[in-house]
Amino acid sequence: MSTHLDGNVLGGELGELFTADITAATGRCVCCGAISAIAQTRVYADAPGMVARCPGCGEVMFRLVRVPGRAWLDLRGITCLQLTLPAEP
Amino acid sequence: MGIVSPGFTGRRRPGGEDLPPGQYLVTDFPVLSAGPTPRVDLASWEFRVTTETGQAQAWDWSSFRALPSEQITVDLHCVTKWSKLRTPWRGVSLDTLLADVETAAEFALARSYGGYTTNLPLEDLLGGQAWIAYEYDGAPLGAEHGGPARLLVPHLYLWKSAKWLTGIDLLTEDEPGFWETLGYHNYGDPWQEQRYWGD
Amino acid sequence: MAGTAVLGRLTWRAGTVASVRDETATARTIVLTVPGWPGHSAGQHVDVRLTAADGYSAQRSYSIASGPAGDQVELTVQRLADGEVSPYLAQVLAAGDPLELRGPIGGWFVWEPAPAPVLLVAGGSGIVPLMAMIRTRAAAGTQSPFRLVYSVRGPQDALYAAELAERQSRDDGLHVAYVYTRSTPAGWPVPPGRIGAGMLTAPGWAPGQHPAVFVCGPTGFVETAADLLVSAGHDPRSIKTERFGPSGGRS
Repeated sequence: MSTHLDGNVLGGELGELFTADITAATGRCVCCGAISAIAQTRVYADAPGMVARCPGCGEVMFRLVRVPGRAWLDLRGITCLQLTLPAEP
Repeated sequence: MGIVSPGFTGRRRPGGEDLPPGQYLVTDFPVLSAGPTPRVDLASWEFRVTTETGQAQAWDWSSFRALPSEQITVDLHCVTKWSKLRTPWRGVSLDTLLADVETAAEFALARSYGGYTTNLPLEDLLGGQAWIAYEYDGAPLGAEHGGPARLLVPHLYLWKSAKWLTGIDLLTEDEPGFWETLGYHNYGDPWQEQRYWGD
Repeated sequence: MAGTAVLGRLTWRAGTVASVRDETATARTIVLTVPGWPGHSAGQHVDVRLTAADGYSAQRSYSIASGPAGDQVELTVQRLADGEVSPYLAQVLAAGDPLELRGPIGGWFVWEPAPAPVLLVAGGSGIVPLMAMIRTRAAAGTQSPFRLVYSVRGPQDALYAAELAERQSRDDGLHVAYVYTRSTPAGWPVPPGRIGAGMLTAPGWAPGQHPAVFVCGPTGFVETAADLLVSAGHDPRSIKTERFGPSGGRS
């Protein structure tokens, strides 16, 4: 049966694209408006790519395909991503 | 290439078969999905073909099952590199379903329950190349493999064989689907290893 | 936020197996030496990549089991009968072998030493990142009270049982309660059964104590436990979850 994981599992792939941790970043679902941490999204990772769905309404928040040398990231399901960065030294 | 792990071979089985480039053989039947498995009630199931002019033809489960069907054995090639050979299905040919549909469209977009889409040229659905399959290995197609009915287009990578099929739109302009808009090749011929954009 | 929040771009790096030790009949801990390891926080994980001689590779995520220890990282791997990666890690990999990993990963499911009470809820191999939290707490000398509710099929499946018993006996601030779902130890007062509301409130913390809550295990377990905690009145914002695959770990 197709079951989901959560956004924690994307940390490694996203960590190769972003220098800040993305799993704790928050985004607002374009469909239902719920705000979730990336770690809280429902991730379907057994696919030709990784699909993260809103834990509230189930619609796609973002998608990622990784192949050697390339990545495709679709963030259309998030109105914006809020990241917490460490304070400047 | 990563550091070789001594003694690791993975789940593959030796080939000895004529596989498309980059593929390996499996004996199980992996389940890949972009979302939760849709649970479709046969009483409300519908398959609808919509043409470029907006004309539509629809079948409910009983009218769909009344159509002539055929038993087919096909090889499956998934873009994630596994291949499964000689898989037995029963389904209705798209030639049968589209026989009475008048269209000048060149493109098709398959739609699934749950929102998945995939696109392909209309001509790739015809000429005995595609079916809507509702039985696998002699039993009703299970939900995890796309049941009640899925598209089956074995000459292309398996992501084109949309599970939980609910409709096909015939279009005058190509409309890339779920994976085709995220790096996957627009056509997807496994024998030319057309996995990603630019291949 | 986590001290390792910004590392620069994560890339694969090579570790070497320093030693292995069996935890149960089907699980073992791998001790890795990873030159240049930047340190990690409790709850973080690594991605492990195996590559066959012909270039075929497979990748899985594993929680870090150890607290801070220089360039040493411990992973505990549960062998899944039909797994592709876990049988290799749990049976074939040997001291001296290389292991490619990427990490540490994660800024959400992380516990940094702090005074607030903590409730840990583990299903099966979900105990691994929570054990890192318990070990990190001990190493930091933090006084924050910890309660662990650990659901396993039977006593033979419990990871770290001896260590948990030993830590609990030495430390009034750590309390461990087991839930046995299929078979119980001799003399156990209740029959086997899945986690229920009572198991989370009696041995765990009451919501009024505002614990930080961490739940980890297979998806079904995590969702059941999280629902029970919310129904018991815990603030959903204080509950952090990490889901493993249906059999625990992305097999």
